[in-house]
Amino acid sequence: MSEPQEIVLLGKNELVGVVAQLYAEGYRLVQIGCNTLRAAYELNYSFDKDYLFKNLRITVTPGEEVPSISAIYQNSFLYENEIHDLFGIAVTNISVDYHGTLYRTSIKTPFSVDNVRLPEPPKQKAEAPAQKEDRPRQQEAETEGPEGQKE
Amino acid sequence: MARKTIIPFGPQHPVLPEPIHFDLVMEDETVVDAVPSISYVHRGLERLIEKRDFVDFVHVADRICGLCSFMHSMGYCQAVEEIMGIEVPERALYLRTIWAELSRVHSHIFWLGVAADAFGFESLFMQSMRLREAVLDVFEATTGARVILGVCKVGGVRRDIDTDTLHGIVDRLPTLKANLEEISAVFINDYSIQHRLIGVGYISKEDAYTLGCVGPMARASGLAMDMRFLGYAAYKYLDVEPIVESTGDCYARCLVRIREIFHSIDLIHQAAEKIPEGPFDLKVKGAPNGEFFSRIEQPRGEVIHYVKGNGSRFLQRFRVRVPTFSNIPAMIKALKGSGIADVPNIILTLDPCISCTER
Repeated sequence: MSEPQEIVLLGKNELVGVVAQLYAEGYRLVQIGCNTLRAAYELNYSFDKDYLFKNLRITVTPGEEVPSISAIYQNSFLYENEIHDLFGIAVTNISVDYHGTLYRTSIKTPFSVDNVRLPEPPKQKAEAPAQKEDRPRQQEAETEGPEGQKE
Repeated sequence: MARKTIIPFGPQHPVLPEPIHFDLVMEDETVVDAVPSISYVHRGLERLIEKRDFVDFVHVADRICGLCSFMHSMGYCQAVEEIMGIEVPERALYLRTIWAELSRVHSHIFWLGVAADAFGFESLFMQSMRLREAVLDVFEATTGARVILGVCKVGGVRRDIDTDTLHGIVDRLPTLKANLEEISAVFINDYSIQHRLIGVGYISKEDAYTLGCVGPMARASGLAMDMRFLGYAAYKYLDVEPIVESTGDCYARCLVRIREIFHSIDLIHQAAEKIPEGPFDLKVKGAPNGEFFSRIEQPRGEVIHYVKGNGSRFLQRFRVRVPTFSNIPAMIKALKGSGIADVPNIILTLDPCISCTER
C-alpha cells in the first residue's frame, strides 16, 4: 500500500481562506493534529475527498494564537479544544469552547514544548569511529538502545 | 416557551460500558442541546513513545482498545512500514486481513449484544455473547490470546496460521453464519426493536459528511465510504463492497452492522482461498525517518495512526484519531430534537468506544 498524501505548508494567516476553499470543493475534515517541535508546534489539518488525502500544515511558536476553523467545519471544535488542552495553544473563536476542561490531565498541557522530550536524531556514521575510541566501553553499551532491539 | 433544564447523562449509566458524559439541555421531554464530556479515564498512551522503542511500541498500540486491539497494532505497523519502505510479505498481509475481519465480526456481535441489553432484550444479549465466543475461540487457537492478540509486528506478523487450522476456521464459518442469521432475523424483524429504532436519531447524508462521520454511522446515512478501498493489507486482492443504508436512523445503523458481519465472513472465505504460501515476517533494519498518516477501517470506522520519526529508535510523535472521536459531533446532532427515552439508543447505535477515545 502506498497512499499518496499531499502536505501543503501554509502561513497561519492563509489557513482559514484555504480551509474555506477546501470546504467549497467538497473536502471533509478528517482530523486536526499537532506535533511538538524543539521550540514550536506543527499543526496538521487533514482533509479527504474521494480517498484523496490532503494535509495543510502550519507552524506556530508557543504563545501564538491560532484561528479556529469551526465556523467552516463545525466538527473541528473537538480537535481544537484537544489541541488547547494538551499542547497549550490558544485557538481563537472556537464554536464550542471548553476553556480547558475537555481533558482532565494530571499535569497541565502534557504535550507542550516544556514537557515533551524529543529524541535526538542518530549521530552521523562518519563521526562514530572517533567518538568510539574516546569513550569507555560501559558508556558505549548505554547508548546503543534497548536490549534485544539491536539490528 | 418551555423552561430549560439540564439532565446529566453518564459517565455511569446502565447502557454505557465505559464512561462518557452528556449534559442534556431539555425542554420538557425533548433534548434541545447536548454537551459531551470525555477524559474520565484518559491514559496518555501517545506520550509513551518517549519511553518505548518503535518496535516495542506495537504492544502499546495493541492495548489501546480491547475490541479493536489488532486494528490498532496493524495501523501503527503500517505507518512505520510505509515510512521505512518495508515490503511486507503477502502471506502476512492476508493473515492481517483475516484477523482484522474476525475482529470486525466479534466487535459487531458484541455491539448487537450490548444493544439488545439496552432494549431490555436479555435473551438476545445472551445469544449474541454466545456467538461471540466462537470468534474468540478462533483468536485463541490462532494467536494464543482472546482479547489483546499481540500478533502484529513491524514487518509482518508473529504467528502463521497453518493450512489445517485455516481450513478449520473456514469450516466453522457456516455454523457461525447460520446462528447469526437466526439472531439477526430478530434484530431486523422484531416489532419492539423496530419501534425503538426506526426514525430515531436521524442523520442526513449531508450532515454525516460535513460533520465528519465515519464507519457504519456514515454508511447508514448513505455515504459509501470505507477505508478498505484504499487497498491496504490484502484488501486490494479481495472483493470489498461498502454496506450502505439510506435512512440514516438508529435502525439503519443496526442493519449496516448486521450486514457487515456477513460481508466480513465472506472476506475471510476469500482471503483463506487466496492466501499464498511463503514467509510471514521479515527482519527490520534501521529506524523510521519520516512521517505517515496510516488510515484503516476499524469496526467503528476510519482510524488514523500518525507516526513521525527522525531516524532514532524512539519516535517523535504518535497520534491516533479514533472513529468515536470523529463521530461525536454527529452524535450531538442526532440527539438534538430526540426524546429523553431515545437518548440511550442513539448513543449506543453510534457504538462509542471510550477506550479508543481515551487512548
